[in-house]
Amino acid sequence: MTGVLLQISALNKRFGGVVATDGLNLAVLQGETHAVIGPNGAGKSTLIAQVSGALSPDAGSITFDGLDVTRLPAHRRAALGFARSFQVTSIFPSFSVVENVALAVQARSGSSLRCWRPVRSEAPMLEAAHAVVAQVGLERVADANAATLSHGEHRQLELGLALAMQPKLLLLDEPTAGMGADESARMVELIEGLKPRFTILLVEHDMDAVFRLADRISVLVSGRIIATGPVDDIRRNAEVRAAYLGEEERGA
Amino acid sequence: MSGLYLLEQGLNGLQFGLMLFLLAAGLTLVFGIMDLINLAHGSLYMIGAYLVASFTQATGSFAVAVPLAIVATAAIGMLLEATVLRRLYRRDHLSQVLATFAVILIANELTRAVWGVQPLTLNVPAAVSGSVELLPGMHYSAFRLVIIGAGLVVAGALYLVVVHTRVGMLVRAGASNRDMAAAMGTDIRRLFTLVFGCGAALCALAGALLGPLLAVQVGMGESILILAFVVVVIGGIGSIRGALVGALLVGMVDTFGRAFIPAALRAFLPPALADAAGPSLASISIYILMVAVLFWKPQGLFPARG
Amino acid sequence: MGMLRRIWPLVAVVALLLWPQVAASLGLEFYVALASRILILAILATSLNLLVGLCGLVSLGHAAFFGAGAYAVAIAAVEWPGASGAWWAGDSAWLAWPLAMATSALLALVVGAVSVRTRGAYFIMITLAFAQMVYYVFLSLKKYGGDDGLSLPRRSRIPGLDLGNDTTFYYVVLLLTALMLVLFARLVHSRLGTVLRAIKDNEVRAESVGFACYRYKLAAFVMAGAGAGLAGALMANQNSFVSPNMMHWEQSGVALVMVILGGVGQPWGALVGAAMFLLLEELLSAFTQRWQIGLGLVLLLVVFFAPRGVAGLFARRR
Repeated sequence: MTGVLLQISALNKRFGGVVATDGLNLAVLQGETHAVIGPNGAGKSTLIAQVSGALSPDAGSITFDGLDVTRLPAHRRAALGFARSFQVTSIFPSFSVVENVALAVQARSGSSLRCWRPVRSEAPMLEAAHAVVAQVGLERVADANAATLSHGEHRQLELGLALAMQPKLLLLDEPTAGMGADESARMVELIEGLKPRFTILLVEHDMDAVFRLADRISVLVSGRIIATGPVDDIRRNAEVRAAYLGEEERGA
Repeated sequence: MSGLYLLEQGLNGLQFGLMLFLLAAGLTLVFGIMDLINLAHGSLYMIGAYLVASFTQATGSFAVAVPLAIVATAAIGMLLEATVLRRLYRRDHLSQVLATFAVILIANELTRAVWGVQPLTLNVPAAVSGSVELLPGMHYSAFRLVIIGAGLVVAGALYLVVVHTRVGMLVRAGASNRDMAAAMGTDIRRLFTLVFGCGAALCALAGALLGPLLAVQVGMGESILILAFVVVVIGGIGSIRGALVGALLVGMVDTFGRAFIPAALRAFLPPALADAAGPSLASISIYILMVAVLFWKPQGLFPARG
Repeated sequence: MGMLRRIWPLVAVVALLLWPQVAASLGLEFYVALASRILILAILATSLNLLVGLCGLVSLGHAAFFGAGAYAVAIAAVEWPGASGAWWAGDSAWLAWPLAMATSALLALVVGAVSVRTRGAYFIMITLAFAQMVYYVFLSLKKYGGDDGLSLPRRSRIPGLDLGNDTTFYYVVLLLTALMLVLFARLVHSRLGTVLRAIKDNEVRAESVGFACYRYKLAAFVMAGAGAGLAGALMANQNSFVSPNMMHWEQSGVALVMVILGGVGQPWGALVGAAMFLLLEELLSAFTQRWQIGLGLVLLLVVFFAPRGVAGLFARRR
């Protein structure tokens, strides 16, 4: 269980004169929950975009489960076992909650070039979707239109969409973004329950969540990782405290 | 294939390209800043041409008629913006396409009602109806030289306004990030109306200048509208520079295509095939150009938004 | 309202089935041909509805596939007259109509492969450009009439049926229209339809969840093209005539008008829209030669006050 699932090597990305990703190296081990923290402007969004396939890096490589996925489009990465949730809620507003999740299930269960049978009649798919909906705590609103959910419920649905893909790696992009204390705590509990089954790459601002969930932490500053290690090591690392943790504690 | 013939075609291409630029400039700004697909842009060009023809008949002078028509068309354009188009800015593209399509239908029918179904005659003004000897043995239409001159002056003026004035800066800011420009406190609505009015004025000028060369008839707007869209797409939505480069490219490719492709094909292919394929290949050369550009640069040559 | 919603499809079906008899008894035989035209345009609008309503792809070039299908039928009839009545003869419906659909589907594959990579306004423009290309090509084909168009010697043959008879032709068209509408209604809720609607909602998420969006959009584009080809084949028969105007972008605009009149994405919307459009045209042109002003005004009213179209006014709120 200690193989490397995701390996990012010497990743580089610049936009005009701005270097967003600067020779970034990161390794996520199989089975671990690896958190990436960093101040605003450090390049977290750019990193996520490159890892998920939304953006193409200028240089460097991303290897997933032994395969080079650097230039692979997002949907191919999904098929290989890579699922991401979005920081800014990105769901399907015309569909109900369970239909949203069913879409993720549909994507991994065979060809969608079928034009006759209604999707509603595919019982195994719906069962799987309902199971995930229950898992993220949205049974109450399963048939409600996804656009009518509260912000917290939206974040739960975000997670649900990623889970329904039955991935090998979960990339969670600020899952508690915009949530109050209670909702955040519930979300953290949810993710904690996922730790045994998934490898998780967690990008977070909420340090309580990070310290509770992470096995290892990487600190991203100005487009590169300045420190990686177990939680306690990072907490004690002077450079990290200076660059980042100090700011966070002041701000918190 | 003499050098003089090439030069003549080159000038024709330049002239056509500059006129396309007049049309495309307004279109690309409206597209880029207001995110509005305006199919009725060609109708303003048509109205401009009709007004010039009528005013020339009424006043007896082309030179007087043109500014009058430009002002009148700009007014009509701003009225159109304030009544119909303003309500489309936040709507989806389908609604915009359909609403402006409706405007075309209404405008065409109203034009027929006012001026009848027969094309109007708009003659090249007598003062420039002759030809000028540019090079020994090469004569070129004086009127076309006037068009080229006018086009260059307008292009230069647009460049100065857009790049070197505060209004121009606001326009460019709006094209690259609409919400930001609004947040910065610009009176966006007045800016939009102004931009639209200027676009309409440019259409009218193009209509006035091309009217004597092409026919002034209902439907003239639609045929040139498509070319203007091709220019905007090639140049990049929202970019004046793109509109100029795109317009010159399209003007040149179209002119040279029509001049040389049929002859070139006859050199390689059996005459029956060449005669069949020649004209059609010539007419679609600019669309092939557009597809090629979009393949290489899906957002056009100089997209205003990053 | 609920009962009305359930009853009207039944009423419509009965009305459509009995129309030729009703028209004959009222001495309005001419209107059987009009009804055929409405149905044929409904097929065209349904195929466009697939793109616009399901995928959110506004195509201003759909008429190219309509015209291509029509010309396929005309050219086959002219080039391969063959032994009269043989199923492989150029004027046999069994050959010509599938040929029309295949031609349009192939054209749609080529156009779609390039166009579907683009988005929004660029997609609209590039489909428009392709349609113009096709239009100009056919315009310059002197061999097949060019600007003047091409006449068909007679309507397509189906052994056992005389398609020259307007009523017989009407019922064949009615059958095909019903088939198209049923296929479309099933498609909306099928796997493909669901993916397309998801792509329309949020393409980035659809891609990230694992759908190869380009592939599905292209499939939809080709299917829509084939549908338009069938409509073209039928229209060629209806008029016994084809012309490049069938592929003009204004014809694409008319198709879009029908889609929005009926209601974008609504399964029956295209039929309602086609009927409304043609009836409006008939009605208005009876009053005045300037009927297009009326059409333009109605269109503006629909865009601003009834954007979900007529069928949308009656549809269940989700």
